[in-house]
Amino acid sequence: MALTGLFLCTFLVGHLAGNLQLLISDPTHAAESFNAYAQFMTTNPLVKILSYVTYFSILFHAIDGIMLVMANRAARPQRYAHERASTSSVWASRNMGILGTAMLAFIIIHMSDFWFEMHFEMKPTFKLDNGKEVKDLYLEVVEAFHSFPYMLLYVLCMIPIGFHLYHGFQSAFRTLGLIHENLTLLVKRVGVIFSIVVPMAFAIIPLYVYHFIPSAEEIQKSESYKAKSTLIEVEND
Amino acid sequence: MNLKLKIWRQEGQNDQGRMVDYQANNVSDDMSFLEMLDVLNEELIEKGDDPIAFDHDCREGICGMCSLFINGEAHGPVKGVTTCQLHMRSFKDGETIFIEPWRAKAFPVVKDLAVNRSAFDRIIQSGGYVSVNTSGNTLDANAIAIPKPNADKAFDAATCIGCGACVATCKNASATLFLSAKVSQLALLPQGQVERKERVTKMLHQMDEEGFGACTNTGACFVQCPKGISLENIARLNSEFRNALLS
Amino acid sequence: MSKLNAQSPAGPLEQKWSNHKGHIRLVSPANKMRIDVIVVGTGLAGASAAASLAEMGYNVKAFAFQDSPRRAHSIAAQGGINAAKNYMNDGDSVYRLFYDTIKGGDYRSREANVYRLAEVSTSIIDQCVAQGVPFARDYGGLLDNRSFGGVQVSRTFYAKGQTGQQLLLGAYSAISRQIAKGKVTMHSRHEMVDLVVVDGKARGIIARNMVTGEVERHGAHAVVLCTGGYGNVFFLSTNAMGSNVTAAWKAHKRGAFMSNPCYTQIHPTCIPVSGHHQSKLTLMSESLRNDGRIWVPKKKEDAEAIRAGKLKPTQLKEEDRDYYLERRYPAFGNLVPRDIASRAAKERCDAGFGVNKTGEAVYLDFASAMERYGKTQANLKGLKNPSKEEILALGKIVVEKQYGNLFDMYKQITADNPYETPMMIYPAVHYTMGGLWVDYNLMTTVPGCFAAGEANFSDHGANRLGASALMQGLADGYFVLPYTIGEYLADDIRTPKIDTNHPAFETAEKEVKDRISFFLNNKGTKTVDHYHRLLGKLMWDYCGMARSKEGLDYAIAEIRKLRDDFYQNVRVPGKADRYNPELDKAGRVADFLELGELMCIDALNRNESCGGHFREEFQTAEGEALRDDENYAYVAAWEFQGDPGKAVLHKEELNYDFVKMQQRSYK
Repeated sequence: MALTGLFLCTFLVGHLAGNLQLLISDPTHAAESFNAYAQFMTTNPLVKILSYVTYFSILFHAIDGIMLVMANRAARPQRYAHERASTSSVWASRNMGILGTAMLAFIIIHMSDFWFEMHFEMKPTFKLDNGKEVKDLYLEVVEAFHSFPYMLLYVLCMIPIGFHLYHGFQSAFRTLGLIHENLTLLVKRVGVIFSIVVPMAFAIIPLYVYHFIPSAEEIQKSESYKAKSTLIEVEND
Repeated sequence: MNLKLKIWRQEGQNDQGRMVDYQANNVSDDMSFLEMLDVLNEELIEKGDDPIAFDHDCREGICGMCSLFINGEAHGPVKGVTTCQLHMRSFKDGETIFIEPWRAKAFPVVKDLAVNRSAFDRIIQSGGYVSVNTSGNTLDANAIAIPKPNADKAFDAATCIGCGACVATCKNASATLFLSAKVSQLALLPQGQVERKERVTKMLHQMDEEGFGACTNTGACFVQCPKGISLENIARLNSEFRNALLS
Repeated sequence: MSKLNAQSPAGPLEQKWSNHKGHIRLVSPANKMRIDVIVVGTGLAGASAAASLAEMGYNVKAFAFQDSPRRAHSIAAQGGINAAKNYMNDGDSVYRLFYDTIKGGDYRSREANVYRLAEVSTSIIDQCVAQGVPFARDYGGLLDNRSFGGVQVSRTFYAKGQTGQQLLLGAYSAISRQIAKGKVTMHSRHEMVDLVVVDGKARGIIARNMVTGEVERHGAHAVVLCTGGYGNVFFLSTNAMGSNVTAAWKAHKRGAFMSNPCYTQIHPTCIPVSGHHQSKLTLMSESLRNDGRIWVPKKKEDAEAIRAGKLKPTQLKEEDRDYYLERRYPAFGNLVPRDIASRAAKERCDAGFGVNKTGEAVYLDFASAMERYGKTQANLKGLKNPSKEEILALGKIVVEKQYGNLFDMYKQITADNPYETPMMIYPAVHYTMGGLWVDYNLMTTVPGCFAAGEANFSDHGANRLGASALMQGLADGYFVLPYTIGEYLADDIRTPKIDTNHPAFETAEKEVKDRISFFLNNKGTKTVDHYHRLLGKLMWDYCGMARSKEGLDYAIAEIRKLRDDFYQNVRVPGKADRYNPELDKAGRVADFLELGELMCIDALNRNESCGGHFREEFQTAEGEALRDDENYAYVAAWEFQGDPGKAVLHKEELNYDFVKMQQRSYK
């Protein structure tokens, strides 16, 4: 759990770095940057390997987690009639299974929305500066985030991620047996900051896009964007 | 003061248990929690009822025998003390008090509030010692100097009284804190070095065998430990295990 | 006298043990494998003996009434363990430890045994360190020592205030290792309820499985009793709730002589009784007397006002306080030995100067210490004209560092803050020097039945020095008994496995079962604790810190009445074949009711005052203990004859060949 967990933390950082490009205010620039990044991420063989490691980690982390929760529940077949767990541990640490399940659900929605659509559905393309014509993922994201319910879901889902990280980050270090006294304190602090900053940053993006970036349709209407964008006719049926 | 007690009653390991209501009247502030139960038991006996069984012995917080889960917490609401050191002045008149046994698959109920903690003994038997014969013909006690910080940390870990509050309070009923205390004590001392790798592996294996859960680092064990055994020991246990695995 | 042969080896003192050890008969490894030994009790003596015997090759069956060997009451010892290591280079030696122990015991112990104890003490420390016992160390990484109990050297090894715990866990780890190897079979939650003697030899025990209620027969070639002391005869003591005399008493009834049962150690610094509900007493470490000053009000009306809650101790002026130890013993002051400090407290309280609700408490005051430390600190910090509050605040920090955990414990129990108001203390029963009579080989008068640790009488005479109980338990268990038992077992190598179908086992088992069914079917009305409490009160009042012929005669008659009442009116609930703590308790209290009488008889017989035994008729003009070496320099060993009242006295004369008997003085 600890190893996969920490690996997934690094994945989050990478993911966030990519997403932060969505904060570029000029849609054409943002699209250029974001789509180039997406192009790189989907074609680079090294990244490809890394992405499979990530899928595996998520899968392993989830299955191992479910098994752990089940085994640990079995260790106490008879529950207490009255328990005041909150006096001795924080809520997140006791509910990693629930938090994890919420995250898994989110990941599935998230994947089907962006990753799946990007890989398998026909969409507008974008001509990068280097001349390559790629699927316009930027436009896709903007469109999605302009849907209020979706934006809200995305933002709210960052809450369980934050709590999961709040406990998981430092827990992983203890499980790995890193015990230097000063380090323990450092890990604790870094863990808290990490668990607040990363989900917040993720949450800011949809909020920003929703409020400050024009809708996908408007973007497509702009002159500068038109030059790069190609609309593939989607048949109406 | 007068109190309403809700106490777990269970005839034996294989019987069904249930919570039963009792009334404790004229409880004095100076009484210890166990003395309050003593008085209740005397009343029960005089009435011809079956007294409530609970484990206790030294009543000064060191033998580790007493083991009550009081109002949702191991050893009750006061931190850093065992049940026998808990006094009734920590409760309010008219309060309802839940009293339950330690609950864990590895700690089956013997009767009422008394549980069988021999799983702890078996964990120690699996490797929680230094294999030295008792001839007395060992090195002179001062032959190896031990840095004071290590000796102090080893002592702190060794103060574990084996009461099982860590297991009782852990949501996973894990014995990791108990185990880590012994592993740490011996890992920090030169005498424990020879069997270091074997010890941690065997003891962890035994813990799993006994049906304890795994550690998820909630830290509740440390908060409820009457001796304040540090979580650093769990980190050390994990590092010992990692080193044993990698070599 | 005829029946008692101490088997003390001849020769110079310092060669006795090595000569003896060199000539003890051996049992070959092949034969050891065929020999079973039962060890009852797994405290310091029991666990160490079981581990050592198993290591040597014997098959050991160990028994404990607790759920684990780690819970024996040895665990509660706070202060430390003595050993003549002379690491501090302050002139300590085996002889000096021997001498201090003899003198501390008020010249009522056996020289050869005590010398051996001092001799093997050094090995204990080596052994424990090798086992990973984390003793306190100095900054150089070497073992630290502290001084203790009025001796003039620092020879006490310690692990904070938890030395007993650390040593017991060391012995526990040794026995755990043998359990894992299968050489020790551990029977926890089992209580020995009888000794089985076959053809004059101890051949096994009857034990009750306290969980299932089953009455079991266990045979062995020898039985070792390490069952601790009997302080709980007083109901209130610093002993654990389960500590009992049953195993030793059953052995006594089967022929083992009981020695000096009246020698009881009463510890001066315990937290006073708070009410009728009190179940046990808590010791506050003796180390507190290093800095605390003990006092009561000088005027009776002040004491009365304090008891009534109208006056606070802090309001009393210095000249209205009676620092009675400093007044009576200017040389040693608050640091007089335990027996003297205890008696002095009782004397003041009996005279009406006690300071708590019950009138049975004295003050242990740290105000002077805080002021003294505070002034030093103020000087060190260069404070000019510090206020009294500033000084006290600085002093408090120093006191907190030294005794913080004890102060916290006191506060937890009493809800008083000892930094602001003086602590209240009162003496409490703590240790029993008496026990089963054993010879130099630690064998009782029943061949094949041995006794070690607090259960035997051998090493502490009439008073035990601080930090010596742990030393004796481990010395007996690790380094004495495993060797001396060979002398007996060497004759037993041809004895096959003990047949537990022998009529002696049958009879013993039947007696046990009858006793159990008697208790469960007795349609009484009173609880076991009711009787225990009454017995304890009698013992405390008449066979406690001060005894008199009149009081003892009265107590004996009362105890006999109480015993009859007990058998008629006790109510024991529950079933025989279930976990039934009340039933276990009933058996124990029944034995205490017999032992109590024998203690009084022994106290009555000893027409002198020595160590923990103080007869009011035998004191000097200043109220000090008056020994009678001419007539009482012997060990009183009592033989059971069907009733404690009919016990027959045997005497083992104590010959002091190497030490001269002197009167103790702490003036």
